[in-house]
Amino acid sequence: MTTGALPILEIRGLRKRFHDVEVLRGIDLVVLPQQLVFVIGPSGSGKSTLLRCCNRLEEPSAGSIRVAGVDVMARSTDINAMRRQIGMVFQSFNLYPHMTALRNVTLALAKVLGKPRAEAERIGMAALDRVGLADKARSYPGELSGGQQQRVAIARALALEPKVMLFDEPTSALDPELVGSVLNVMRELKRGGMTMLVVSHEMRFARDAADRVIFMDHGVIVEEGPPQQMFSAPSEARTRAFIAELAR
Amino acid sequence: MESWSRFLDTFFNWEVIERYFPAIMKGVVVTIEIAAAVVVTGTLLGLALAIMRTFRLLAVNALIVVFVDIFRALPPLVLVLLVYFGLPNIGINLPSFAVLWLVLALVLAAFAEEIFWAGILSIPKGQWEAARCTGLGFLGTLTYVVLPQAIRLTVPPLTNRTIAITKNTALGTVIGVGEILNQATTAQSFSGNATPLMMGAIAYVILFIPVVVLGRFLETRFTWRRV
Amino acid sequence: MEAIVQQFFNLAIMERALPLILSGLEQTIVICLLVIPLGLIGGLAFAIISLSRLRTVRWAAIAGIDFFRAIPPLVLLIFIYAGLPFAGLRPSPMLAVAIAFFLNTSSYYGEIYRAGIESVGQGQWDAARSTGLYGYQTLAYVVLPQAVRNVLPDLVSNTVEVVKLTSIASVVALPELLYSADMARSVTFNSSPIVLAAAIYLVMLWPIVRLISRLERRVAA
Repeated sequence: MTTGALPILEIRGLRKRFHDVEVLRGIDLVVLPQQLVFVIGPSGSGKSTLLRCCNRLEEPSAGSIRVAGVDVMARSTDINAMRRQIGMVFQSFNLYPHMTALRNVTLALAKVLGKPRAEAERIGMAALDRVGLADKARSYPGELSGGQQQRVAIARALALEPKVMLFDEPTSALDPELVGSVLNVMRELKRGGMTMLVVSHEMRFARDAADRVIFMDHGVIVEEGPPQQMFSAPSEARTRAFIAELAR
Repeated sequence: MESWSRFLDTFFNWEVIERYFPAIMKGVVVTIEIAAAVVVTGTLLGLALAIMRTFRLLAVNALIVVFVDIFRALPPLVLVLLVYFGLPNIGINLPSFAVLWLVLALVLAAFAEEIFWAGILSIPKGQWEAARCTGLGFLGTLTYVVLPQAIRLTVPPLTNRTIAITKNTALGTVIGVGEILNQATTAQSFSGNATPLMMGAIAYVILFIPVVVLGRFLETRFTWRRV
Repeated sequence: MEAIVQQFFNLAIMERALPLILSGLEQTIVICLLVIPLGLIGGLAFAIISLSRLRTVRWAAIAGIDFFRAIPPLVLLIFIYAGLPFAGLRPSPMLAVAIAFFLNTSSYYGEIYRAGIESVGQGQWDAARSTGLYGYQTLAYVVLPQAVRNVLPDLVSNTVEVVKLTSIASVVALPELLYSADMARSVTFNSSPIVLAAAIYLVMLWPIVRLISRLERRVAA
């Protein structure tokens, strides 16, 4: 592991308030290259908002966010160019239902990066191949299982060669038997050196794939550490209670 | 038996049919021309207004809503008479077919805007977010991701509304546009026979039954395969 | 600007035309009160017939609906008003309007009811029939209430269309709102009476049009 490398994602003093509710109350978080950081916490703890602030799907109220050294919040930063470098995978997939799997992947390649069709399709096929769905390139989302749809969504983000990928509960909407295929793709990405920030409840996945686990509650990071320590010997009472609840 | 032949003589008089067939056909052509012009301009204007509305400029949107509401609430014949008799008095002279076209296109635009706008609103927020996350801008997302889905949803209601409004081309007869009904009533008063009215009615049915059936087909078959 | 005010918003002329226009409004309301209930009932009949188990009956009902949706109401009206006298029947303007609008309106309402009934799942029929309800009871107590709720925006929207439709009764010289206004226009050579009539239509229909927009959005959500 590269030590002393520049962080890919650097969050300082991040706050987010919706009307009179403060959802994030000062988050500091650094994700180094090739790390997989896993975020757990009860619903309403602000995990999803944290992710959505990273690419400004939600506008942060205060604080700074840097991706590969570039200030995401700066006026001079082209947010669309930034977002291309921050892949995002949603709980509900959000595939475009009117396009084939391949078109879902190539749309941004063609329209944002201006790649010619043949090249976009070559890149798109390679991305679909990485998630094991090259044979479904011509299928529409409606013809795919939930697990397959989520893998296409991962390919869609992957094709743009992002510097970091955000996963917002990627397996929560899936039937239990389809979860494994998506997690395997994520393991594969990790092995390939992708930097990832993952919000999820899949503890077994966290145990064997995460470099660091973060426990959030009420808009703050309560505790963080390597998965072994976090799952077997957390120091905070709130963390213990939450993990005990999950383990049931 | 005698009343039957009188019925045929009154409503299906062969001589009258032969004499007025060309006139009715001329009316058919005029009806088709105006209907086509109304459909194209009205739908495009409605789509343009709906797209304008997505920018959420308060003043512009208020104007659009007022326009849409007025043209949905007023009977088209009121608008036709207002434009046809009103404009010349302030120095604007439009031929009667242009008045009919203008009024019906605006009415269709109002309804179409509302339908397109509802379609755009019905696209889940996640679609916008997913597209924006890949670096697509607002317009790119609208063009490639949102509108294609929205328009698909709007096809059945828009088709039915379009049929209802293009049928109003018959209102043209009131201001002397030479469409089917106008030709038919003229022929009826010249011939003193009801056959031209029957011909006109049949012409309308032949013209519109296919689109009505198409509208029904679209309604049942065009349901979106939801993800 | 002056000319536009003179021609379209001449208060003096509007004031003179007001009594005539109000009597026209009365006629418009009479037509509505006649045609809307008839259309709602006729439409329900169309819809129920189109549910028949006999294919021919079902298709006949649908063909009827489509026929009267294909023919412009003005054509139907003129056919009845100007055509039937040749067959020895002389309907008054009001009767001609009532017949033409009844046929047109009930076919539209019928199509809306049909869509509503189809939107209620087979499971509702099965459940009700399994509790021993007869077919017509299932329809009346279980299916129709849900169907009507599902298509309420369309029913309201079509009712607005019926009110707008009454304006074409002016073509057969039934002295309703638009006819009266147009009469005043032709006497005064000024469009203000029609603007006044338009304003009355707006006052009647704008609130409902707004309501429809809201209902539609609620159903979509």
